[in-house]
Amino acid sequence: MHEFALADAVVKAAVRAAREAGIDRVEAVVVRVGELQQIATDLFEFSLTQVLPPSDPLLEGARFVVEREAVVFRCRVCGREFGTGDLGEAPGADEAEAVHFIPELAHAFVRCPGCGSPDFDILAGRGVTLERIEGRGGDLPGSP
Amino acid sequence: MDPRAAAIEDRLAGVRRIVAVGGSKGGIGKSVVAAALSLAWADGGRRVGLFDLDFTSPTGHVILGAGTRFPSEEFGIDPHVVAGVAMMSVAFFSGEAPAPLRGGEATNALLELLAITRWGNLDVLVVDLPPGLGDTTLDVVRFLPGTGFMLLGTASIVVLESVRRALRLLGEVGVPIVGVVENMRRDGGDLVEGLARSAGVPFLGSVPYDAGLESALGNPGRLRRTGFFDAVRRLAGRLDG
Ligand SMILES: Nc1ncnc2c1ncn2[C@@H]1O[C@H](COP(=O)(O)OP(=O)(O)OP(=O)(O)O)[C@@H](O)[C@H]1O
Ligand SMILES: [Mg+2]
Ligand SMILES: [Zn+2]
Repeated sequence: MHEFALADAVVKAAVRAAREAGIDRVEAVVVRVGELQQIATDLFEFSLTQVLPPSDPLLEGARFVVEREAVVFRCRVCGREFGTGDLGEAPGADEAEAVHFIPELAHAFVRCPGCGSPDFDILAGRGVTLERIEGRGGDLPGSP
Repeated sequence: MDPRAAAIEDRLAGVRRIVAVGGSKGGIGKSVVAAALSLAWADGGRRVGLFDLDFTSPTGHVILGAGTRFPSEEFGIDPHVVAGVAMMSVAFFSGEAPAPLRGGEATNALLELLAITRWGNLDVLVVDLPPGLGDTTLDVVRFLPGTGFMLLGTASIVVLESVRRALRLLGEVGVPIVGVVENMRRDGGDLVEGLARSAGVPFLGSVPYDAGLESALGNPGRLRRTGFFDAVRRLAGRLDG
């Protein structure tokens, strides 16, 4: 599991984004987590809230909001949209682990339930995105 | 916002130099030369990494006999160390399953691996490029700035047609060209050297065609005893400069 490494990346990106936006006190960091990577949310949130914030004073007291996003695949051959729930048997441990580290490896293990093709797009739910940060002294462009 | 960008900078902070082995034509020896170059540098006491960027047809692990076992993980993933070379490949995750990836997905896989791989301190990271001048070449230019390109060619007008285009593209985007290497040299002639000269880039030398190479693949000890490796070792010495 590399939840800690992912959380570390999110924190670094948040600090960088805060600096760029002129924020001097971050109040909230909103993170979107795609379900394809099967991140252990509790461990991820634990890393975010307990382990990492002391790494930069900008983040002192900041809230982390983790939003989960369901997976949507779309087959390029037959056009069918499907999610992980449409995939019949669950992936093996090795396969899940591979996709956990490199979500694109879904193409090695997932097939379109309509036509069997490995040629699909991952429309949603792929990985970890820093959605926005909120704070005093400025806001990221695009945040409410 | 993509949190990987910040992570990548950190992960590569200890890497002093990156050399990409390309040439755009397929099957001209990019992977064997990249692996042998890594091995030669490691033998010479350098801290070396080898990054196989051919996500759909990885082969570096086969050439060095690295197997496909899952990498160990703690605050990131550790490259496998094979014969002194720290190596990373998508094959360590996918095993033998083929993973057909379209362009944007290859980019995503590259960013993901860059964001989690713990290269540590390296004197040089050797990057093995897939054939073509597509996504991966452009991604290296974009996400691994400062990478020097070493282009392979063989004495064939078909191959050199591709190398010429590659040199033009890389020149246009202002990428440093380490030089051009002739591979699979069988007899006289200076087609590849001539191309390098007319493009105004260094010609780094020739690697002979070696019928004994095939039986040495997968075994670094045997690889070191080939004529092919002798030539690559000289190449490594010249690139040290
Ligand atoms: N100097 C050489 N002497 C003998 N065989 C060679 C030599 N160079 C490469 N080969 C052989 O040629 C084949 C292709 O080599 P390799 O896979 O390294 O090419 P490549 O450029 O990486 O191919 P791709 O474009 O598919 O990535 C391999 O079987 C390799 O062992
Ligand atoms: Mg190759
Ligand atoms: Zn389909």
